[in-house]
Amino acid sequence: MSDTQWPLWEVFVQANPGIPHKHVGNVHAADAEMAIQNARDVYTRRSEGISIWVVPAAAISASSPEDQGAFFEPSNDKPYRHPTFYKIPEGVKYL
Amino acid sequence: MEDSKKIEEFEAKIAAGQKIEPKDWMPEAYRKQLIRMMSQHAHSEIVGMLPEGNWITRAPSLRRKAILLAKVQDEAGHGLYLYSATETLGIDRTELLSQLHTGKAKYSSIFNYPTLTWADIGAIGWLVDGAAIMNQTALARGSYGPYSRAMVRICKEESFHNRQGYEIMMHLAQGTPEQKEMAQDALNRWWWPAIMMLGPSDDQSPNSEQLMRWKVKMESNDAIRQRFIDRTVPQAEFIGLTIPDKDLKFDAATGHYTHGPINWEEFFEVIKGNGPCNAKRLKARTDADKKGRWVREAAVAYAAKREKEKLIA
Ligand SMILES: [Fe+2]
Ligand SMILES: [Fe+2]
Repeated sequence: MSDTQWPLWEVFVQANPGIPHKHVGNVHAADAEMAIQNARDVYTRRSEGISIWVVPAAAISASSPEDQGAFFEPSNDKPYRHPTFYKIPEGVKYL
Repeated sequence: MEDSKKIEEFEAKIAAGQKIEPKDWMPEAYRKQLIRMMSQHAHSEIVGMLPEGNWITRAPSLRRKAILLAKVQDEAGHGLYLYSATETLGIDRTELLSQLHTGKAKYSSIFNYPTLTWADIGAIGWLVDGAAIMNQTALARGSYGPYSRAMVRICKEESFHNRQGYEIMMHLAQGTPEQKEMAQDALNRWWWPAIMMLGPSDDQSPNSEQLMRWKVKMESNDAIRQRFIDRTVPQAEFIGLTIPDKDLKFDAATGHYTHGPINWEEFFEVIKGNGPCNAKRLKARTDADKKGRWVREAAVAYAAKREKEKLIA
């Protein structure tokens, strides 16, 4: 068996109740349970979290930076998706 | 030949203050330099646990012991953040560790000095972590996203390291004459190595211009060293300790301290492997790696077994 540093896991921490888990970094671990324990020791030594998710790094697919422009283009030319696109006469309330 | 248009875009991005992320295009020289710097930094955090770990079992009180344990644990964390950040450049941790163990990669010169007394633990937190903070706050503004984010996180944790060290020195300096002497002795031995750990002086450190433009290096070694000295000298005076530099003077015209000559010969000898503890440090690391191997393998075997059981159940 060749030497192993264990598979890589990406770590997501929820800082407080009611807010999303946020990516904070990664850890090496033999399995999910160990990944969660390592993540606790590496990323929450000062009460930075109340919940941890770990995901095998190999399981994450990402959009590619080269295609960033074209990929996100469809949303750039649709200003009518924003409320500020619409002119409402002054005096009209609650709109 | 690298596409000059790509380099142009890359440099424009950095000039505009944007971060370079792992999947972005980058020049090979940028990637190589970052791997070198970041892994050297990661190794320093890990090897840096050894001189302090030496005193955990002999800390003078339970309070000091708990603090030192927490500090050393932080350094392990710093090593891990930095190995992770380095891995985003396409090199894996097994390779990084083998570079450390074979001596191909360096770590900070400072950790090749011994910790002879308890006061050395004070001197390390105050001076070594103090100097590291100067360097790391500059690096937090660097252009490589994962490195810069790791630095931000590390800097937040470092200030406790710095303060607990100063507190140790302060207590000793206010203690019995023997305790004060112990503190002064530690300062005498750690001052120059701490000054030197910020790297060779600017006229001896080549190709900085490109590294500055690429925001891999943010400030020159001498500029960082000057700031460290300016901030640390008054801290020593405040607790009645004397900086071991008879040429040290405050220059009212510039607002900076001027210091005596630095023994660069000593620095380069330590870097070359001839410091007081180089062999000992490297042996501690390679022993830990060898002795830990069966644990790594057993954990993988156990994980595989449990996975199989899950599939059957
Ligand atoms: Fe550190
Ligand atoms: Fe530290």
